Amino acid sequence: MRPRLRLVAELAGPLSLVVVVAVAGSAMSIAQQGNAINVLVTATIVVALYVFIGNSGVWSFGQISFVAVGAFAAGLLTSPTATRQTSMPTLFKFLATTQISNTESLVLAAGLGAVFSFLAGLVLMRLSGLSAGIATFAVLEITYDVLTYWDKIGPGATTLALVPVTTSMTVGAVGCGIAIVVAFAYQHTRSCRLLRASREDPVAAQGLGISVFRHRLVAFTISGGLAGFAGALFVHELGSISTGQVYIDLTFATLAMLVVGGAGSLWGAVLGGMGLGVVDAFLSNAENGVAFGSVNVTLPNGMRVVILGVLMVVVLIIAPKGVTGSREFLERFLSKRPGRAGAGNKPGGSLAGGASVADDGSQAVPSPSRTQS
Amino acid sequence: MSWVSDLVNAISLGVVYGLVAVSVGLVFGVLRQVNLAQGEVIALGAYSLWMTRGLPVAASIAICCVVCVAMSLAIQVAIFRPLRGASALTTLIVTFGLSYALEAVWLIAFGPNGEPVSMLSSLNSVVLGGSIALRWITLVEIGASGLFFTGLVLILYRSKIGMMMRATAEDFQTARLVGVRIDRVVTWAFVFGGLSAALVAVLVTVQSPLVTPSFGFNLIVIGLVGVVLGGIDRLGRATAGGFVVGFVNSLLGAVVPEQQLVFLPMLTFLFVIVILVLRPAGLFTPRGSIVERV
Repeated sequence: MRPRLRLVAELAGPLSLVVVVAVAGSAMSIAQQGNAINVLVTATIVVALYVFIGNSGVWSFGQISFVAVGAFAAGLLTSPTATRQTSMPTLFKFLATTQISNTESLVLAAGLGAVFSFLAGLVLMRLSGLSAGIATFAVLEITYDVLTYWDKIGPGATTLALVPVTTSMTVGAVGCGIAIVVAFAYQHTRSCRLLRASREDPVAAQGLGISVFRHRLVAFTISGGLAGFAGALFVHELGSISTGQVYIDLTFATLAMLVVGGAGSLWGAVLGGMGLGVVDAFLSNAENGVAFGSVNVTLPNGMRVVILGVLMVVVLIIAPKGVTGSREFLERFLSKRPGRAGAGNKPGGSLAGGASVADDGSQAVPSPSRTQS
Repeated sequence: MSWVSDLVNAISLGVVYGLVAVSVGLVFGVLRQVNLAQGEVIALGAYSLWMTRGLPVAASIAICCVVCVAMSLAIQVAIFRPLRGASALTTLIVTFGLSYALEAVWLIAFGPNGEPVSMLSSLNSVVLGGSIALRWITLVEIGASGLFFTGLVLILYRSKIGMMMRATAEDFQTARLVGVRIDRVVTWAFVFGGLSAALVAVLVTVQSPLVTPSFGFNLIVIGLVGVVLGGIDRLGRATAGGFVVGFVNSLLGAVVPEQQLVFLPMLTFLFVIVILVLRPAGLFTPRGSIVERV
């Protein structure tokens, strides 16, 4: 009974959090509803990040490129063709004339994200550790540069406007739910289990004949597809988009959410995304002034970034596995041995970065290891 | 004859990025960890120059050095000491978060529009007019960086602490076994890193006086690219990589028309990926030598 109960909890925990945010959000004022939708969309992006980073233990700064591609593709092709032809005269012909529905744009964005990440992954997944981090950052810079200056494929340095606003509370919640179900289904496949084995010990995994490259590529592609999908949700939430909105700021915010929640579990990703999303919304409200009883408090502009950044740094130093300990929802109580991580979901060694002592104390090496990749 | 001034300008930008690379490479050599927050040390140094604009130039520069070294050491105590032994990537993520938070702190403290540092603006005057247009600052940049590099090499190869640093970079464990005080070595690496950051702050603010919150982050990203291209494993190669990135960027900026120049970052970062995949140890590492993949 227990293993099945654990599976149910693993999926039900994150999904119920989505429902809570959606229901609570719907009960609030119009402005707060917008914030709640934004929390759901941001959490979708964090889930996309988790699918690759959490399962592989390789940190990527590049997933927001796939969000950007999804957002611009979905936004461009759903905006009215007439304004497209006048405001963006340099577009390729088929981009200027094609018109698709909002639902189609979600599918297209997911497909484009997956194709782009697959192609990038063919090259990038041969790298690991620091070089993978820097190379994925390079992908982000390249995507940003091309999207900002190549005006044949998009609005270039101007803002893409007049995108239909279709990401309602329901669409946001369903979209986030789909991402969670995909991530859940994926992490119980054979490919993902092998990938997690390589996360714990790359050398041993390769010794057992696991193709680390292939399984990383699978995770990278699924993550890219989800990121593209989240990008489409994002653009249909905002109604307009510019390249600056899907660049380093968003990379930083979503990485911070993943780190704080706990990069090694789906529950951690969703909790981090939702929790910090709510904090973030509150702080940006406070940057515009918020009343505490009779006292009106206005935080200086930029304070939310400071708080997010400090949280991220502190969590990485004192609890590298995040506030959930990188455990799934209720995993602690439903495992055979309470208090210890279950077999398939042992918190990631490489995600902990070797900075902390693992549960069994096996990582208590205080000095830099030359062999670490 | 304008190619002469283009060349000299390229060299001067090259040495600036060489200095940025030194501050990253020193820490990586000793700890095998990446310090992206070094960019914010440069930014604080530049802001300190603005804050002390009423003082004599020498005092202002001295304060800038003190501020940079102090902040560098603060980062080492607060971030790198607790993370001793963590992987390079973990420290990259942590210092990325730290940089971003600090950037927001500068935004709150100094505003988004930037502050002008006009302290040494007289150095922007022309040395040689006519066909070869050269400004004093380019010569100062080359001279000051040359002095810094010479001093650093002398310290590394002629002093006891330099020998300890090289030993630690060679083999952390063995160095510790034979009695090298690792903490002292790490501290000195951060001191030199802070000094080179101060030098970068002084030199860059003369050429582009406006100090904005993202001042340091932009420098460190390009500097890190250079370090990776050159080979992060060895200080000399990392510095050479930083130099090449600055040099090539400056030269291309002078040669390529502005409309195509916007795609320069794309080319630069494509090049980074190619190098990382084909020559993971860096451009200047001889083929066939055994180097760890970082």
